Amino acid sequence: MSRLPLLGHAGLDEIFAYRPSGPLTVRAFLAAAWALADRLPAGQRFLNLCQDRFRFSVGLAAGLLAGRSSLQPASQSPETLNQIRQRWPDVFCLCDSAFDSLDLPRVDYPESLAVHPERVVAIPQVAAEHVAITAFTSGSTGLPVPHDKSWGSLVRNARAEADRLGLRHGPRHAVVGTVPAQHMYGFESTVLLAMHGNSPFWSGKPFYPQDIVCALEAVPRPRLLVTTPFHLATLLASGVEVPAVDRLLSATAPLSEQLAADAEARLAAPLQEIYGCTETGQLASRRLLADAAWLPLDGVRLEREGELIVASGGHIEGRVPLADAIELLPDGRFLLLGRHSDLVSVAGKRSSLAYLNHQIAALPGVVDAAFFQPDAVPGDRDITRLCAFAVAPGQSRQQLLARLRQRVDAAFLPRPLFIVDALPRNATGKLERAQLQAFYESNRSQRHAAS
Amino acid sequence: MSQDASRPAAEALLMEVAELIVSALNLDLSPSEIEPDAPLFGEGLGLDSIDVLEIALVVSKRYGFQLRSDDDDNVRIFSSVRTLAEHIACQRTQ
Repeated sequence: MSRLPLLGHAGLDEIFAYRPSGPLTVRAFLAAAWALADRLPAGQRFLNLCQDRFRFSVGLAAGLLAGRSSLQPASQSPETLNQIRQRWPDVFCLCDSAFDSLDLPRVDYPESLAVHPERVVAIPQVAAEHVAITAFTSGSTGLPVPHDKSWGSLVRNARAEADRLGLRHGPRHAVVGTVPAQHMYGFESTVLLAMHGNSPFWSGKPFYPQDIVCALEAVPRPRLLVTTPFHLATLLASGVEVPAVDRLLSATAPLSEQLAADAEARLAAPLQEIYGCTETGQLASRRLLADAAWLPLDGVRLEREGELIVASGGHIEGRVPLADAIELLPDGRFLLLGRHSDLVSVAGKRSSLAYLNHQIAALPGVVDAAFFQPDAVPGDRDITRLCAFAVAPGQSRQQLLARLRQRVDAAFLPRPLFIVDALPRNATGKLERAQLQAFYESNRSQRHAAS
Repeated sequence: MSQDASRPAAEALLMEVAELIVSALNLDLSPSEIEPDAPLFGEGLGLDSIDVLEIALVVSKRYGFQLRSDDDDNVRIFSSVRTLAEHIACQRTQ
């Protein structure tokens, strides 16, 4: 059985992370992880709900040391927690906030851990095959689909990303991330980069533009800002004076050329993008201002297999079909042409129309229903919200929305939800996109006329 | 400024803030339909963190101050149109 180190650091006194109280060493991190590992309940799987990136990472490491697996669903809605409990009845939660964990067994991150840094003598090893985390895709049947990630594949992914970005053997960058540790991109590009990419992170998760300013000021240069197109656009639009940043990284949705150009000009730093998906982890990178084509990470290959594009090699386990429309270039790079139409993305969160339709159709009193992503309106900022139509005699919009909120992430809640008499289904019962767009426009103008 | 003196300012702001939310988020309802004390998240308007950033951006432009999440009051500030208007009344520079 092969083993890989928990951390890629060369020594125990290197810096692992920055917190408001100052830098924290690898030794302090390991001491906290060992102490927390002793306190974990018996369950094999846990939901790591810590908001603080350092505490999240201590939780992850404690789980690895104690042979546990961290579940990282895309949403933390009550419906998701219930589905997880049905699947893994011994699941417990690790929390550092007032998060409502229903009645699941719960460990609150201790205010003070009885840590013994002097007892830490080495960086521990973890079995490469151990399932370190389980990430989820929305699936099409109403149940999230779990994807197990071995510790080996995560470490290889982190090393490949850090090599590509020149971080692993280059100057040590401090990472400020606007994305949560639980989401795959935030997980890979903040938590894993700190563990195996020579890049200590800032423990907070800055939200408002002014928060990003303060977080950057709190860490030494060189600095890497890990963000999304939405957060980046908001930061630039706010007009706040941003401290020096040395590198920018974006993912979750492709950047527009305009935003990439604005960001590089205003922040005076190169902006790279990462492309990946939950099934494969990170696949490729690009710098849009230099070239629109994506270069696969070392060892990763994309190939056509009939109708599908399949990724393999490098840190990827097996051969994984990709859900995006992709054009392969002769030199191994590729262009991203967009999503297949069933996939929807709102501000970096992904779901599928099939999944969302299943959720709304399952509500009591709903006879027929469909979600729809309208065509983008030119001039709008990057966010296009979903709408939905429901045939639900005797139900109010408010009732339906309240129930739907239990089942789907707020980003996907329909805006608006139209209560209609019937959906524009064709002779074979299908809903065509063109019909839905026309139906959307006519319903919208009726509502505007009525208000 | 005493509580009594600031109240009319906050009252006048309520409608302005409701209008700002409706236009910033493209909500299809009229500002008068937003109850000043109804929750903006969850059971009320059902806003999410994307919306909060949008609102924060418009607030910073219109009223000349930046929101911060280490204001411990952050959750309270965004709990209703009234609490947001009160916060703006205290913090505005323009």
